[in-house]
Amino acid sequence: MKINTTRILLAAAMTAFTTTMASATTLEDVRAAGQLKCGIHEGLAGFAAPDANGKWQGLDVDICRAVASSVFGNSEAVEYIPVTGATRFSALASGEIDMLARTTTWTFSRDTDLKTEFVGVNFYDGQGFMVPASLGISSALELDGTTVCVNTGTTTELNLAEYFRANGMSYEPVPLETGAEAQQQFLSGSCDVFTGDASGLAANRATFPNPDEYVVLPEIISKEPLGPAVRHGDSEWEDIVRWSLNALITAEELGVTSENVEELASSVNKNAEINRLLGTEGDLGAMLGVEADWAKTIIMSVGNYGEVFERHVGVNTPIGLERGVNALWTQGGLLYSPPFR
Amino acid sequence: MLAAQALKRVFMSTIEPSRKRGFRLGQLVYDTRYRSKSIQVIAAIVILVSFWWLGSNIVGNLAALGKDFNLAFLGAPAGYDINQTLIPYDNRMSHGRAAVVGILNTLLVSFLGCIAATVIGILVGVLRLSDNWVINRLAAVYVEAFRSIPLLLWIVSIFAILSEAMPQPRDFRGDDATASMQLFDSVAVTARGVYVPRVAFTNSLSGNEAVIPRENLAAVASGSADWAIIVATIAVGLVVSLGIKAFVDRKQIMTGQRPVTWYWLAAVLILPVLVALYVLGATVVQPYLKGFNFTDGIFIRKSLFALWLALSLYTGAFIAEIVRGGIQSVGKGQREAAAALGLQSNRIMQLVILPQALRVIIPPLISNYLSLAKNSSLALAVGYMDVRATLGGITINQTGRELEGMLLLGLFYLFLSLLISGIINLYNRSKQLKER
Amino acid sequence: MPGNQLSQAFVRTGMLDAKQPPAGETGLILWIRKNLLSSWLNIILTVLVAYAALRLALGLWPWFSNSVWQASSLADCRTILAEQGLGPTDGACFAVVTDRWHQLIFGFYPTDLYWRPILAMILFLGGIAPILFFSLPRSLLIFSCLAPFVCFWLLWGGTAWLPLLIVAGLAGGYALTRFVGAVISPTLTGLVTLALLIGFFWFGLMPLVGLMEAGLSLSIRPVASREFGGFMLAATIGLSAIVLSLPLGVLLALARQSDLPLIKWSAIIFIEVVRGVPLIVWLFTAQLLLNYFLPPGTSFDLTLRVIIMVTLFAAAYIAEVIRGGLVALPKGQHEGAVSLGLSYWQSRRLIILPQALKISIPGIVNEFIGLFKDTTLVVFIGLLDPIGVTRAIRATPEWNGVYWELFIFVGLLFYVVCYAMARYSLHLENLLRRDNY
Repeated sequence: MKINTTRILLAAAMTAFTTTMASATTLEDVRAAGQLKCGIHEGLAGFAAPDANGKWQGLDVDICRAVASSVFGNSEAVEYIPVTGATRFSALASGEIDMLARTTTWTFSRDTDLKTEFVGVNFYDGQGFMVPASLGISSALELDGTTVCVNTGTTTELNLAEYFRANGMSYEPVPLETGAEAQQQFLSGSCDVFTGDASGLAANRATFPNPDEYVVLPEIISKEPLGPAVRHGDSEWEDIVRWSLNALITAEELGVTSENVEELASSVNKNAEINRLLGTEGDLGAMLGVEADWAKTIIMSVGNYGEVFERHVGVNTPIGLERGVNALWTQGGLLYSPPFR
Repeated sequence: MLAAQALKRVFMSTIEPSRKRGFRLGQLVYDTRYRSKSIQVIAAIVILVSFWWLGSNIVGNLAALGKDFNLAFLGAPAGYDINQTLIPYDNRMSHGRAAVVGILNTLLVSFLGCIAATVIGILVGVLRLSDNWVINRLAAVYVEAFRSIPLLLWIVSIFAILSEAMPQPRDFRGDDATASMQLFDSVAVTARGVYVPRVAFTNSLSGNEAVIPRENLAAVASGSADWAIIVATIAVGLVVSLGIKAFVDRKQIMTGQRPVTWYWLAAVLILPVLVALYVLGATVVQPYLKGFNFTDGIFIRKSLFALWLALSLYTGAFIAEIVRGGIQSVGKGQREAAAALGLQSNRIMQLVILPQALRVIIPPLISNYLSLAKNSSLALAVGYMDVRATLGGITINQTGRELEGMLLLGLFYLFLSLLISGIINLYNRSKQLKER
Repeated sequence: MPGNQLSQAFVRTGMLDAKQPPAGETGLILWIRKNLLSSWLNIILTVLVAYAALRLALGLWPWFSNSVWQASSLADCRTILAEQGLGPTDGACFAVVTDRWHQLIFGFYPTDLYWRPILAMILFLGGIAPILFFSLPRSLLIFSCLAPFVCFWLLWGGTAWLPLLIVAGLAGGYALTRFVGAVISPTLTGLVTLALLIGFFWFGLMPLVGLMEAGLSLSIRPVASREFGGFMLAATIGLSAIVLSLPLGVLLALARQSDLPLIKWSAIIFIEVVRGVPLIVWLFTAQLLLNYFLPPGTSFDLTLRVIIMVTLFAAAYIAEVIRGGLVALPKGQHEGAVSLGLSYWQSRRLIILPQALKISIPGIVNEFIGLFKDTTLVVFIGLLDPIGVTRAIRATPEWNGVYWELFIFVGLLFYVVCYAMARYSLHLENLLRRDNY
């Protein structure tokens, strides 16, 4: 009888662990599961990294929490699924995760060919170069003949190849699986140059023993709009993720913070858009298929975009990024949310 | 009681059908003649149904994702660079070409790893049997440490040690250089890899590797045609030397005297090669520091070096145990009997011990080569661009063709391992003890 | 007889004590002479090797002896070292281990539930004791069969009805084949039982579990496999795979020895294909492709997918080990079983397998060591095994830049576990050799 055990255990396990979603929409699946399966980075300071209590923290993590708030009214109803650069799209396509918030660059082919749907941009980045100050290099055009550490499985290595070819320079790529390895190689001097998203470079530099000995070169060689993505073909779910992100941005624009949101929601404001955002006027929540106070819950538990930014990557964190292009459009940045109307 | 019932069943199935000619449905289950067929038919149906189920699922899933099964992506431009290329490659070339570059890199590290692992394994295996306590303990510690700690951890650690402990190219520069090149300024061991001299030809027939020269020197190149000539010369020398050996053997059988032939062999094997090298104008080109890095010479990248070292040390520990077991498996009596026949100790090793030990050693040795080749896929821990990293990594990631990519990758490894296990079987068959 | 008495007085009644050997031929000195200095070559080797080992030890010692054990971050560590007048790399910072050891061992398993994996481990060890130590009473094997189910319940939590009903179903199936099969054809009963069980598990199990749970709740807090990590994850994957792959491996080994060509060739193809491709490729297959093979829209837990993949992988290797055991059995055992009139399954169950499995245990333990080490590969598909946890820890701002300390800790744990198992397997091999000859 022992011989049948495996087959039977498999059958049992499949019944126990399988979630069938053949006919259901993503929103129904998420509701049925009671939590949002959110694909995040396996470890990138400021974007997604576990703290000492094993709680994931970061800019991307807060996007997951915002979406969970609008669906469940509870920002903790998230199952974080770390995915690698190489496996993220198939994890999304296969339904292993409901949404992807893993510093993923929005590109044409990813949007069309890989059957993912980008809902917006939560961080504007660009690829840059970091070098030790002792090399005496001040421009990326002086990098001919260098050894370059690069994370594999990203758009970074394609940009790198194109940039060096376009400028007629040669280089020696050192491809590495994780940012941590790449950083270790760079610090030990095994590469002259470390390339990656400029924010990531700054984040890494901040944690170096001697940050002043390294400089980030001024050239930004690519556009890297990083944004959350969902599966192609489920517009309802796409809307929820998109507007959860937009709610964060609009909240900052309207001056709604986690501190004053309660007060603003309890009274009728002169600015009607605040009322619509917080659900005290109109029925935007119903149009989206969630509770009326969805955006209020997001802001209460996560804060507005500015708060999220300052908490994880802002100047007061070890990463110490300026807002720069990630400021609101009203303040000279690129962040712009369509109106809540 | 069970046995009695079984006995009864056996009789029923073998005797009764011969009495009754008619076919009953029960015979499909009870009659050994039909039972094997009915079991196989059921199995065939189960297998076919599961394949059909898998196939229809794949088709359904591909349709749901809006994808198709298409190998055309192999022809599209790859767009990424590979640092170590054994054949010409640049980022405008196709994904297929990148896959071939990766395959060659896998084969290279596996080949180098097998050689080094064998050397380490034999050495440590013999040292494990040494009388010297310090040495056999140390060998034991090495074997246990490498067998008990995951290979991945070793690869990562060796990579980190090389990065931390070795000097950087810039440390070689200037008057206050903290590092210097070894072996008469010909080998540079850096944290980026090892630079060793290469042989180039001033009268090269197909100079395609000319590198910007050092000051006051002319550019020297080496090409495949030059190396082909050298290899051909050596091959001809080997053939001729085999002929000499056959001649000498015949002479020994006829006269009982074996002529001294070492100077013939030297003349046949070494002289022509030296002449060929001289005519082609062979020179040794040493690596030298230029710009950010060393240039010229042969560059053994750290990723290759670390992976090669880790794989050979790890597999070497397993081979050491096989070698030890093989030597110990030859009974003491064999050695004593051989000595009693008056054989010298090197002849005992050559004629008695080794042939018997090798029979035990070689099959598991080759299967260790196989696992080394498969373990080389851990290259991704150090960023070595093997076939998993090109075809199974970047290509899949950039094109989204995971089904096709993984299938090709699996087929490559399967082909490699079937080839190696084919060799084991061939060896086993040729060396099988003739038993009753 | 006085003469006799007289002569007896001169006869020694006891032996003289053996004389001490000369000083140079005994104790430490002999040992040193024989083991270290037996020839000039040996003297030179001893000195060289001892010098190298000493150099290495002396070079590394300060780094260990200056270790900082209590600090909240790497920067903190460096400050403490600087206060002692040491550079940032002059001392180890094992504080990272004291700060994060729980993540290295348990991953993100809820802190207040650590007793569950610990208890599960103890139960599991208790469960395999009767298999590993032949002197224990055989009746304890029933405990071995039940332990995995209890462990499953403890680790993942949820309702106890699920494992209970699975056990009930399996026990029912066993009873059916054992007692009904003894009267009617065993093959037929076996097939019918299999069909019944598959039907029960596929359609009846979950509703029944829900029903029982509604009647009497036996739930403990469920823990998602996503929260597994560190050594616990490695052990869970390794142990589940080995336990699940054993029955499958036995079947495959028997199938490979089968006279039926279709069965034989299916088994050979399966085994060779699985063994021919590296585990990492299979893991990527589990990560990237398994969903292609399942009905559209189905998806399940990555950890479970990995366990399934590693189980299939291990089954192919275990099958080869067990085939070795089957081949090693003297032919007379097969012939004896046949001459007693035992059917195929009876002879396998009563004669062949008990002996073949026993001599295969060392090989199975060795396979398990390999498998346990190979679980580190799951880091490449995003699971947080011990190496994955070290990466996650190094990604936090506090511990960015630490690695040797973590590698040493992880390496040491693997070493202790694998070395112990290797010793056990060696011991068992010696025991079995003595048993057989």
